[in-house]
Amino acid sequence: MSTMTTARDPTEEQAESKLDDAVVELSNVEFGYTASPVVEDISLRIDSGEYVAVVGPNGSGKSTLMKLMLGLLRPDEGTAAIFGEPSHVFDDGARIGYVAQHASASKEMPITVREVVRMGRFPHVGFGRLSAEDNRIVDDALETVGMTAFANRRVTKLSGGQRQRAFIARALASEADLLVLDEPTVGVDAESVEAFYDLLASLNESGITILLIEHDLSAVTEHADRVVCLNREIYFDGPTEEFVESDALARAFGTAATFVGTKR
Amino acid sequence: MTTALFVALQTGLLDTLLAPMYGFLEFWYWLLTQLYYVTGLELISPQYKFMHRAILVGLCIGVMAPLIGTFLVHRQLALIGDALAHTAFAGVAVGLFLNGVLSLGVSPYLTAVVVAVIAALLIELISEATDAYNDVSMAIVLSTGFALGTVLISLNAGGLAVGINQYLFGNLSTVSAENAAILLVLFAIIVGTVALTRNQLLYVTFDETAAAVSGLSVTWYNRVMVMLTALVVVGAMQIMGVILVAAMLVVPVAGAAQVSRSFNESLLVSVVLAQLAVLLGIGVSYYGEATAGGVIVLVAVGIYVVTIFVGKLQARVREDTAPELGSIDAGDTPGSD
Repeated sequence: MSTMTTARDPTEEQAESKLDDAVVELSNVEFGYTASPVVEDISLRIDSGEYVAVVGPNGSGKSTLMKLMLGLLRPDEGTAAIFGEPSHVFDDGARIGYVAQHASASKEMPITVREVVRMGRFPHVGFGRLSAEDNRIVDDALETVGMTAFANRRVTKLSGGQRQRAFIARALASEADLLVLDEPTVGVDAESVEAFYDLLASLNESGITILLIEHDLSAVTEHADRVVCLNREIYFDGPTEEFVESDALARAFGTAATFVGTKR
Repeated sequence: MTTALFVALQTGLLDTLLAPMYGFLEFWYWLLTQLYYVTGLELISPQYKFMHRAILVGLCIGVMAPLIGTFLVHRQLALIGDALAHTAFAGVAVGLFLNGVLSLGVSPYLTAVVVAVIAALLIELISEATDAYNDVSMAIVLSTGFALGTVLISLNAGGLAVGINQYLFGNLSTVSAENAAILLVLFAIIVGTVALTRNQLLYVTFDETAAAVSGLSVTWYNRVMVMLTALVVVGAMQIMGVILVAAMLVVPVAGAAQVSRSFNESLLVSVVLAQLAVLLGIGVSYYGEATAGGVIVLVAVGIYVVTIFVGKLQARVREDTAPELGSIDAGDTPGSD
């Protein structure tokens, strides 16, 4: 009790730390591959330790928004920053872990699960070789996603779900501060999906910021703390409970969508 | 301007760069001569120093071509080698032309290096601007290079048409000491660069987006890759010839992909297969008096066919053992400490 009186005004402290802790910050971002914008008038910030889900119908610009945040695309208007630096110049890859929707990766290349997970350590070693410590982290990541027995399997010979686990392990091995996942559970069996979201929750508890791009609304409403609902522009941005009660979903997706019926 | 460049290439700078390579060549002659006394193989008789050089060049090709080819093939860029080889031919023509007109005496392989690297950067810049490597732009660069080469040669037709076969089809006996030394320099650059940036090249090859997110400049690594390809193509051209050189970038790599599980294994296997093709090819072409480039490629394709069957056999043996998939463990996360 007494500590409360001696401590600084909590709102002030919060405000200050928030300023330092902006992991992602977009202001008035607009972007289009052609003349017509795919996303426009986007302003949002994600603070350290948040668990944010971006939802929206197909073609709503979710993946584009993610690419803008990560600096893979440059906004036509407005600014995008990550860890306080403009996204397109930010190059400390060790701070970002990334899991793609159907891994964009090469389809026929001979490469083992372990070799893929080792890539997570590449940003940490630069032009050097992986140390024993790096290899231990790789082993731990494989263990965490239950893929130890598959470590020496060729990635291209795995099922979709197994392959996705390998990519999640790669993101874990990168020991990033921010984990960005673009529909990570597509093709993963239902049982593993549940365990996977538990894993994300525990990572989030340990202080990692999580940004989830998701089509599966039930997963989002069960797990994320904050929802950004997108369809070219932001329809809703706030706590998950409020999102469930709001009509943002119907407006963004059209009237047909419900929380139960959209699971794929 | 360019004249000054070639004069510089031809004199001081080049000689100092090549000097240690000539030293290595002397050592190589000595080594193979010793081997000759032990084995008595006519192929490496000290009388035929050109064969010593040809074997050395072949061994280098057998390392660097699949090394670079592995990164190209798995990005569906198998054709880029072919396009660059044809522009390298234009480079050869430029060299011959300059030698003919200005009597410079510069090795056509050096002008080929310059022209092929420029063409490589051009292809890369086009692909950056259009956001895709497309076979149309590759085909345009390929035919432009070859057309330019033939035009330059016909312009200066006098003595030039005579020596052109060795560039088109390659030749074991025309590998001069200077060209072997140039190849050794190229070899050192290529192997050194890949050794240093192996991780980065692997990441960009396997998953371009994730590599970009992890802070790698995909654009720059792509540029490095195409320039290295240009160097390999020019280096390998001496024996393989313009028309067949791309096969060494592709065929051993395709064979290795059939039988390998891991990337490291596939690199190693592709080099072994390429060495096999090169050495068998040189041997057969020496005793059978056939064009080395063609024989090497035929041997490589033969090996490739064998690997397909071996790969199928491996898959059948391995299928029996499906390991248990573990559960995702939320309690013990690597980041939780």
